[in-house]
Amino acid sequence: MTSIHWYNRFTPRTLAGRRTLVGYIFISPFILGFLLWFMIPAGVALWLTVHDWNLISPPKYVGLKHFGTMAADDRFWQSLKVTTTYTLVSVPLGLVLGFLLALLLNTKVRGITVFRTVYYLPSIVPAVASAVLWAWIFNTEYGLANVGLRALGLPKIAWLQDPQWALPALIIVALWAFGSGMVIYLAGLQGIPDVFYEAADIDGAGRWAQLRHITIPLVSPVIFFNLIIGIIASFQVFTIARLVTNGGPQNATLVFVLYMYQNAFQNLKMGYAAALAWVLFVIVVVLTLFVFKFIGNRVHYEDAH
Amino acid sequence: MTTQEQTVTTLRRSAPASKQRVVWERRLWKGLIITILVVGAVIMSLPFVWLVSSSFKPEEKIFVFPPEWIPNPFRPQNYVEALLYKPFGLYFFNTMRIVVLNLVAILLSASFCGYGFARIRFPGRDFWFGLVLATLMVPYFVLMVPQFIMFSRLGWVDTFLPLTMPFFFGGGAFNIFLFRQFFRSLPEELADAGRIDGCTEFGIYWRIMMPLCKPALATVAVFTFLAAWNDYIGPLLYLRSDYNFTVAIGLATFRGVMRTEWNLLMAASTAMILPVILLFFFAQRYFVDGLVLSGLKG
Repeated sequence: MTSIHWYNRFTPRTLAGRRTLVGYIFISPFILGFLLWFMIPAGVALWLTVHDWNLISPPKYVGLKHFGTMAADDRFWQSLKVTTTYTLVSVPLGLVLGFLLALLLNTKVRGITVFRTVYYLPSIVPAVASAVLWAWIFNTEYGLANVGLRALGLPKIAWLQDPQWALPALIIVALWAFGSGMVIYLAGLQGIPDVFYEAADIDGAGRWAQLRHITIPLVSPVIFFNLIIGIIASFQVFTIARLVTNGGPQNATLVFVLYMYQNAFQNLKMGYAAALAWVLFVIVVVLTLFVFKFIGNRVHYEDAH
Repeated sequence: MTTQEQTVTTLRRSAPASKQRVVWERRLWKGLIITILVVGAVIMSLPFVWLVSSSFKPEEKIFVFPPEWIPNPFRPQNYVEALLYKPFGLYFFNTMRIVVLNLVAILLSASFCGYGFARIRFPGRDFWFGLVLATLMVPYFVLMVPQFIMFSRLGWVDTFLPLTMPFFFGGGAFNIFLFRQFFRSLPEELADAGRIDGCTEFGIYWRIMMPLCKPALATVAVFTFLAAWNDYIGPLLYLRSDYNFTVAIGLATFRGVMRTEWNLLMAASTAMILPVILLFFFAQRYFVDGLVLSGLKG
């Protein structure tokens, strides 16, 4: 009897109230997960940032010391520089390459799906396998990269030992996987109705004009999406950097999250690593907002609500 | 306008000649495109050819210049040696256990939440959905350290729990988003018909909407498999004992042991890539669908 009583007291009487209850039951896994895996860690992260802790000895309150340490930490600045360079080169290149190839692949030619597959497949190769493969390709004496250079009569490059070439090598690995963005462009291009181009043909617009005034505006939301995803992903590049070069030579490939990983799990500087994580968070948020503000308003939405 | 008028008049004046020119131009254009595509495709697939070719070579043929593209002698034993050197069978089994648990967790939890966000109107819904999108933007690495501390406090290190348990709670913001987009595209009349027949909201979700949702389920399943199979950082942080390793960690440690036996390393890498490629060929449609669903219908 008591349980029925309890049930009645908490069951909403109105239809709207019942709908609210049902709605919250449906989204309750997310709410729980959000609190458990997001809010609690965020709180722990805040606490960690102002502490020194190596997981073993008791944590010590240090205030904002970690941010002072960071300002004088050469490896921190190096990791920022490496990640920024990596992002500034690989994201725009991947964006342009993906878009141009999507344009080419959007033609009606026999066997075009074979091409699409070949360009797309590298993007689903597991990062670990890709790292092992590219470590062999960039082998100075017998690797494919230098075999190619020698065939062209060019001098060989110590890809992974030369600080000048290690980061470009990682960027090449990243570009090999540009196909995932390309597929999204392709879907965007196929969504453009043919009548637009037919009308442009009648008006005598050339290929270039059609590209500029029809294609690019209509796929601009996709370009924008790929840009945001690309920036967030490239600030998190880890597996390749760890397995191919492990940050070396001379920190030339010390990407930001690798440095963070080393601090947390090799030097057991949990507090410092948490402070680095906040820096990463702020950078990604600021960059995303920046992109939204300065590029977002150039994006053309077909049916603006 | 003037250029347009000019074009129109030229077209009228010399219709047969210009028609022929257009045909030629189109052919030339097509030829150019195909040439670029072929060159690009060769460059893109060379690493694969190199991988497979190296994986069948005997050790002494690995370090030869110029390289031989067709392995001679052909040595499939590389695969046996590589996959027996470390217990890759066990690693495969471990990975599949994680994959299956993630599939169950994500397909149930994300579709459940996605349904709530898509088809039930209630106060606060947009706020919570805003949070879903916000968590989508937060990089994994930002919360990596505190999450690790939390899971190690729970005693979950060296178990599969940190790699599976979180997915039972919402199944990841991205998947919720995907399911919401899909549920929104289904007609409300179906739900109304269910309501008239006395179906509860859970019944509508489970018996009417989920069966219609197969394409979205397949898409999410494919990407869940990929994410779990390819994941490196998660197992790297949480799995310590050799008998708990996944294929990814197994390959990474194998690389640490075999510094220069590239033929064996390539064999193990090929073995890790093969399931992904097979999945692609069997479920090609869903790869593209997932990307499109996520990218376009925002």
